[in-house]
Amino acid sequence: MKEITYTITDPEGIHARPAGVLVKEAAKFTSKVIIAKDGKEVDAKRILGLMGLGVKCGQEIVLKTEGEDEDAAIEALGKFLEENL
Amino acid sequence: MKLEGKSVFSGIAIGKCKIFGKKDQVVKRSKVTDTDLEIKRFTQAKEQAKSQLAALYKKALKEVGEANAAIFEVHQMMLDDLDYVESITNMISSQGINAEYAVATTGDNFAEMFAAMDDDYMRERAADVKDISNRVIHILQGGSEQAGLGDQPVIILADDLAPSETVQLDKSKVLSFVTCHGSTNSHTAILARTMNIPALIGVDYPEDAEGHMAVVDGRNGVFLLDPTEEELTKYEALRQEEVEKARLLQELKGKENVTKAGRKIALYANIGGVGDVASVLANDAGGIGLFRSEFLYLETEDYPSEEQQFKAYRTVAENMAGKKVIIRTLDIGADKQVDYFGLEHEENPAMGYRAIRICLDRKEIFKTQLRAIYRASYYGNISIMFPMIISVDEVKAAKEMCATVQEELKSEGIPYGKVELGIMIETPAAVMISDLLAKEVDFFSVGTNDLTQYTLAIDRQNPKLDNIYDAHHLAILRMLQMIIDNGHKEGCWVGICGELGADVTLTDTFIKMGIDELSVSPSMILKVREQIRNSDAK
Repeated sequence: MKEITYTITDPEGIHARPAGVLVKEAAKFTSKVIIAKDGKEVDAKRILGLMGLGVKCGQEIVLKTEGEDEDAAIEALGKFLEENL
Repeated sequence: MKLEGKSVFSGIAIGKCKIFGKKDQVVKRSKVTDTDLEIKRFTQAKEQAKSQLAALYKKALKEVGEANAAIFEVHQMMLDDLDYVESITNMISSQGINAEYAVATTGDNFAEMFAAMDDDYMRERAADVKDISNRVIHILQGGSEQAGLGDQPVIILADDLAPSETVQLDKSKVLSFVTCHGSTNSHTAILARTMNIPALIGVDYPEDAEGHMAVVDGRNGVFLLDPTEEELTKYEALRQEEVEKARLLQELKGKENVTKAGRKIALYANIGGVGDVASVLANDAGGIGLFRSEFLYLETEDYPSEEQQFKAYRTVAENMAGKKVIIRTLDIGADKQVDYFGLEHEENPAMGYRAIRICLDRKEIFKTQLRAIYRASYYGNISIMFPMIISVDEVKAAKEMCATVQEELKSEGIPYGKVELGIMIETPAAVMISDLLAKEVDFFSVGTNDLTQYTLAIDRQNPKLDNIYDAHHLAILRMLQMIIDNGHKEGCWVGICGELGADVTLTDTFIKMGIDELSVSPSMILKVREQIRNSDAK
């Protein structure tokens, strides 16, 4: 399993639109992709759960990937977070 | 009958009311024997719902733009969400119930989860989940799409409008939106702003309003049901006035800010965040004359990092595509307080520890911001402006910090662009030494709000003094002339970014005094342009 920590800098947090894009990105990998905030974990391939986390600007999340392509996934999704959120 | 609400977009509408159908269908629970078939029914309805949403997305894309249309893509993804789908199929197979009931229950459960969140924006998303569920239920019940509005344009009354409902409306038949629920973040509000029509939320209209005449006054948040003849005449006149104004302003879009005698004035916009850039461009501003950087500090719980700030500045610079973006460095203190700065309570904060005074004292904060700005300058046309200046030494110290930052970036191999440096003139001291200050900088921007408060010794926050507060005070106008003359002698351009800059009764006076730039709120851009074009100043 791979994991990184990231602090959201988008002023709106993970609201509907970025959540949608993130889910699409996560779906490109076969690995399990988890986003966690304050110990609560959700499947990053499921939009309702992801939005339900209510991640706001300035909050820290942990991104975890587990599976065959976990290295590629963590790299791509980490980059995605930095560029978009 | 006069009802009050919260205005989400200004303007006046007069017309007949149309209550937009409450769509909360009655869903009955019933037993099914063939659960596989029931799951298949649901899956088919879901696929049909998705194709309807795909069509809506295309329609919205054309009508309201990509940002507003994106919600329909999100809706499609919600329909495919495994938590959502599994909840429904489990309910059908384990309880042997009909698909309609399983969808309605699941929709309610997810809506409740959003409704319980501590964030206005997320609470609004409860409506999205209900909306997609209602769509599926509607299809399962064999219904067709929403009926049209009729021939006459109407004022739409609704409990709240879901995005899928609003996008299906024939926009040419809608005069205004009035909803009982909803927030300033709701789709109704966003749509009203995009369509430029008045809208009110929080209006508890009576159910029998259907077909009655009404007036929506978006400027004062008033909904008049069955207005009197007198009220109708009054509002009709006001509406005409607004229509005329809107037409005039629309004609001015894309026109130069030039007087009849050929003098050109730079007309820029004031913004307080990245989100304001859209209205800057929509109103055709030539640049950003005041980018208040405080929002970065006010919206976070700790000092915003260099990276965070860099992203925001870069976004704005890139969106403005080479047009000038003047970033005012941190102006915290006085009436803008942030907990994590740990500022002590002051008896007289307007004259206290604030703005450049904090920056030159707590240099690490200042340096972080300047590094972020310089890095962003590589991506556009950025200028920096320092607030609350009272001495030449302050300007020299700030410039020194800029030089240090540039050295650092150079040695780190980080690119940056050419950055003009300017100061706010908002203290009487700065006015009196503007001849000396002009030797140090590229431009002056006059902050008339603070300058007036300090010059007249009138506290802006004390309503008792409103009657003697004179924004047109001769002292201010004389100071302005002095600032312009002193600036020009040293080759500085001079602008106004305070509220007075948008005072159209003074536009002609400012130009005659020699002003080079006016920076106003985005909604005032075209009104000021009209004044400039009417002026005969050389």
